[in-house]
Amino acid sequence: MTTKTQTNDKAIEKPNRRTVLDFIKQQPLGFIGIVMIIIMFLAAVFAPYVAPYNPEDVDFMASPALGGGQPSIEHPLGADAFGRDILSRLIYGARTALSIGFFSAFFGCSLGAVIGTTSAFFGGKIDLLIQRFIDLMLSFPIVVLAIVVIAIFPKTVMFGIDVNVIVAIAIPFIPKTARVIRSQALAIVTLPYVDAARANGFSAKRIIFRHVLPNVTAPFLIMMTAFIGQAILLEASLSYLGLGVVEPTPSWGLMLSGVNSDYYRTAPWMILYPGVAVSVAVFSFNLFGDSLRDWLDPKLKL
Amino acid sequence: MAVNKQNSKKTEPLFSDDILLDVKNLRVEFRMKNGIVRAVDDISYQVRRGEFLAVVGESGCGKSVSALSLMRLLSERVATITADHVLFDGIDISRIPMSEMRRLRGRRISMIFQEPMTSLNPVLTIGDQIKEPLITHLSMTEEQAEERAIELMAMVGIPEPKNRLPQYPHQFSGGMRQRVMIAIGLACEPDLIIADEPTTALDVTIQAQILELLKDISQRLGIAVIMITHNLGVVAAYADNVNVMYAAQIIEKGTASDIFAKPAHPYSIGLLRSVPRMDKPRGGRLATIDGLPPNLMNPPTGCRFYARCPMAQDSCSQAEQVLEKTKGSARHETACALSEKALKNGALIYERNVSVQGSSTVDKSGEPLLSVTSLKQEFAVSFRTGWFSSYNGSVKAVDDVSFDIYPGETVGLVGESGCGKTSVGRAILHLNDPTGGEIMFDNISLNKNSIALVRQDMQVIFQDPFSSLNPRMTIGEILEEPLKVHNIESDAEKRSQRISELLVKVGLYPYMSNRYPHELSGGQRQRVGIARALSMEPKLIICDEPVSALDVSVQAQIINLLEDLQRDLGIAYLFIAHDLAVVKHISHKVVVMYLGQIMEVGEGEELYGDPKHPYTQALLDAAPIPDPEIERKRERSILKGELPSPINPPSGCVFSTRCPKAVASCSNTRPELLRVGTDHLASCILLDAG
Amino acid sequence: MLQYALRRILLVIPTLIAVAILVFLVLRVVPGDIVEIKMTAEGGIVSQEEIERERERLGLNEPLYKQFISYMVGLPQGDLGISLWTERPVAQEIGSRIALSFELAILSTILAVLIAFPLGTISALYRGTGLDYVIRLLTIGGIAVPSFWLGMLLIMGSISVFGKLPPLGTVSLFEDPLTNLYQLIWPALSVGYRYSSVVARMLRSSILEVLSEDYIRTARAKGVLERLVIVKHGMRNALLPTVTVIGLEFAFLLGGLVVTESVFNLNGIGKLFVDSVVRNDLNLLQGLVLTVATCFVFVNLIVDLLYAALDPRIRYQK
Repeated sequence: MTTKTQTNDKAIEKPNRRTVLDFIKQQPLGFIGIVMIIIMFLAAVFAPYVAPYNPEDVDFMASPALGGGQPSIEHPLGADAFGRDILSRLIYGARTALSIGFFSAFFGCSLGAVIGTTSAFFGGKIDLLIQRFIDLMLSFPIVVLAIVVIAIFPKTVMFGIDVNVIVAIAIPFIPKTARVIRSQALAIVTLPYVDAARANGFSAKRIIFRHVLPNVTAPFLIMMTAFIGQAILLEASLSYLGLGVVEPTPSWGLMLSGVNSDYYRTAPWMILYPGVAVSVAVFSFNLFGDSLRDWLDPKLKL
Repeated sequence: MAVNKQNSKKTEPLFSDDILLDVKNLRVEFRMKNGIVRAVDDISYQVRRGEFLAVVGESGCGKSVSALSLMRLLSERVATITADHVLFDGIDISRIPMSEMRRLRGRRISMIFQEPMTSLNPVLTIGDQIKEPLITHLSMTEEQAEERAIELMAMVGIPEPKNRLPQYPHQFSGGMRQRVMIAIGLACEPDLIIADEPTTALDVTIQAQILELLKDISQRLGIAVIMITHNLGVVAAYADNVNVMYAAQIIEKGTASDIFAKPAHPYSIGLLRSVPRMDKPRGGRLATIDGLPPNLMNPPTGCRFYARCPMAQDSCSQAEQVLEKTKGSARHETACALSEKALKNGALIYERNVSVQGSSTVDKSGEPLLSVTSLKQEFAVSFRTGWFSSYNGSVKAVDDVSFDIYPGETVGLVGESGCGKTSVGRAILHLNDPTGGEIMFDNISLNKNSIALVRQDMQVIFQDPFSSLNPRMTIGEILEEPLKVHNIESDAEKRSQRISELLVKVGLYPYMSNRYPHELSGGQRQRVGIARALSMEPKLIICDEPVSALDVSVQAQIINLLEDLQRDLGIAYLFIAHDLAVVKHISHKVVVMYLGQIMEVGEGEELYGDPKHPYTQALLDAAPIPDPEIERKRERSILKGELPSPINPPSGCVFSTRCPKAVASCSNTRPELLRVGTDHLASCILLDAG
Repeated sequence: MLQYALRRILLVIPTLIAVAILVFLVLRVVPGDIVEIKMTAEGGIVSQEEIERERERLGLNEPLYKQFISYMVGLPQGDLGISLWTERPVAQEIGSRIALSFELAILSTILAVLIAFPLGTISALYRGTGLDYVIRLLTIGGIAVPSFWLGMLLIMGSISVFGKLPPLGTVSLFEDPLTNLYQLIWPALSVGYRYSSVVARMLRSSILEVLSEDYIRTARAKGVLERLVIVKHGMRNALLPTVTVIGLEFAFLLGGLVVTESVFNLNGIGKLFVDSVVRNDLNLLQGLVLTVATCFVFVNLIVDLLYAALDPRIRYQK
């Protein structure tokens, strides 16, 4: 009998690991999203070099109140009531939006994830207690929670960033993340490989950190990108109301507040561009988050 | 409790030569992201009126897809179906417009699916769903449909049909739901019923009920049945004709007798020889087919079984294999150039994979390794209603179970769902702390604290190869972890070597330690699970349904591996499973459980050969043997009724509600385990010979 | 069903109590002395003595537990305390404005559902087509665009198209329904865009998921007409998670109103919210938060009951 020359053992073939290039090919929208995010990030970091003006440079001659301020070569996106360049303020505003957006989403989601995982892993009374508390916190709309925190937290600025705003926005995210991550973790904790780890005598700490948490990263990342978008939106809303960052910190929401109704007619660019900035930022994060979900696990329900 | 005896039905089927379904060159292609998969590749076959055809094969062979494509239930966005013709009673159903196809569906061709749990709409009543085809196709009024629905429910054996019509699917058990599916399928008295793995998700005794029902209906009403299955026993017991599929092609077809008695394709031969048999003595290795089925995105030229065939020649890979008539039979066709040779030497071609080494004997002179006494495991059950919990009950998953395992012995724990066998395993491992009883392992009494001492000596293998390995760790990391945690090898170099040795021992390659679980096949993953268990050099491994999720040929590989390891390393096994043949093949001693209690315990041969407890008898009766001759002659007593709810078990003997031999006093006291032979115990008061 | 409903309704009581306690505790942490702020708001310097007297008068010097008791006792009677700023009963302040916010919320919900249902369904059924992509883009936009900005755009748009501002101001629904609706449609639209996007997205993914379930395949195998398969078998099941999302978004809506009311200069509770924070009016903020939370608890209750009405698995628990 002549020897066979073929083998079709699947594992002997080289494994087909998905790479970044595959992501670009299969999730074009997500790629666009992340590119936009990177552009915004770079613009924010290199703001002093990219922005044509200092965001606080006042120039009353260019103010719409005196009939000026239209978009022109000097002011590509126009000028605001104080004659400050809108483009520059948008670029500097990106710093506020991205930093507050990222940090609040990050802290809120991380804390929520830890709470959710702990709750799921230990079960029993601890779980019940934490769950009740989460239910309670979810009885309040996000904005309301944020406003309450703003009310009770004194204004603290560290490194030029408004920490109280970050905390205010982060707090509503904690119970939301905790709830979702908890149900994910619960599903994982009942899987055989966790049983195998327990049967092998591994410590609870090892099981949580080595076996449960890494498998929760997918939903965690997806939630976080979505929440960064929400955070940016929330910061804009709070600042618009005067409850978020205050002058002179540049913020897109702040740029929209206190716009005299006259300007609606005479200087629409004052209203248009900051809103576009917020929308584009949130849009990018949502695009990226949606694609991330499709890429990592389309069956994920969040 | 009448017993349903069927023994006259196994005569040669008298179907006419009237051909109901004529499939010619059916092909189904799926458009996937990276290419086209031809899931069904030019198959042709015929079905006659009243015929019972089984389509058999392992996962991925295309059997389910071929059935779905007959009814054109595959989404047109992903699947393209082409055929020379698919003639159903003269109509080419592959070409007619969808509106006409829809009129045939449920009216002249019906389909029953695998998962009774998800195949019924949860928000519509059962009555609604049964009446639907009647109203749609036969234009019945509500009243007429209601009457007919009640009739149908009675026909399929659902008690109190009138009361159950307005109920919802979640209020029915799995077996009952499958009966409802059959009732729906029967509603308009079709000519053909296609059943896609209809009993795979059901318990053995329920499976027997459903299949008997199906066969009975088919014979009485002259309905043809195409049954898709991977269970060879079921095929042998019920099918008239068989199509064997492999890699999207039909590689052999014929009558059931032909295929089982005179298989002529090396794959069929391998398949039949790798199935454990209840009627064969213990010991001896199962034949295994090396390798894996080919990738259907890029199928090999020539015979697709070439790479795994023990008698292949180079010419086999060059020419397409076609179905040709086998010598000596009118209906038997095989797609193998060497079929004559295979027919003659069938038994021997897998010889190098099989060698009888005699059953290992167990040394019972010393103390048992594991001694379980009066084990109890109770779970609290409460329905969450918020701040005030309302329903609080408990389920006795394990209710006073005792047995021993000696060093090097395999004790099989067998039973249907809800019998508590998995809970026993988990209680011993203290994955759930037992609520009562004593467990002695290696002379140490096990409890929450002492369990840590014996973790290395007592390991576990799980059922689902997909979820028993952490998807984020490489194989190497998974195997290294226990070594690191328990400080077995001090430096990384030695650990790496140890891991390579382990991989080889379970039949894998050392380079696989860099792979992730999703890059291995199901059988390979299960081997990794075994390697992980072995890494601690345990004395006992608890195997929780280790082969239930695997294909028949892969199952044989794993069973052989486990037996080899036992022979070489003297490991004892607690083998938990529901497949009676597998349990018999691998176990020395067998424990039969029902609703948390032991019904019978005994040495394999004796228990299977002379079962004393009525439940064991029913269980063995219900499990079909892959041999049509034997099945034909068998007298089957089908156990009636459903599994009682574990929250509310019957009083006295838990089996009394379904037992064909029950008497009044059976519901009074719980019977004790009585000696009925050497090392043979059963708990039935009728066996008390005094 | 009745049993489930009763149990579920009873659950509301402890929840509300817990909410009340939480709100009380949290808001006692507020820094800054409201009295001082209030008195110095007019300008001028106020002596410590006067501040103390004012605090005494407003009952702020009572020990905490006494404040708590009078708070808890007053609640079931509808007494939410006295606004520390205006010195009118909080309940009155809220009551005079809540009707408006409530109406706006209802209007937005109706609008959102009317838009989302057809869009979501079409998007799902015509998945992959150009129409689907357009709808999906629109809905992703809805989640990204700040609703208050949309409001501003609507105002701007109305100026440029109609040459005038949309009617801003508030006429009671009962006095002049048409004008009232005309006034409220603008803020309702700006809030509704986001709301309908979320619901449409959920409906879409819900329908797609349901259509891939086994029982849909069974229905087709029975030869049921395709449109019946989708409507009778599919939609009922797809509605379940969608109803939940509508309820959840209603809560977000209550928050969104806060900002939108500022844009349109509406005198609803949203504006009151902002004012109470700026002025550190503890009692008012407390009353507002309580009110909003209570609404939300009841919305959840309705959603749960609706869910049970639609899903027999919940109605008939063995």
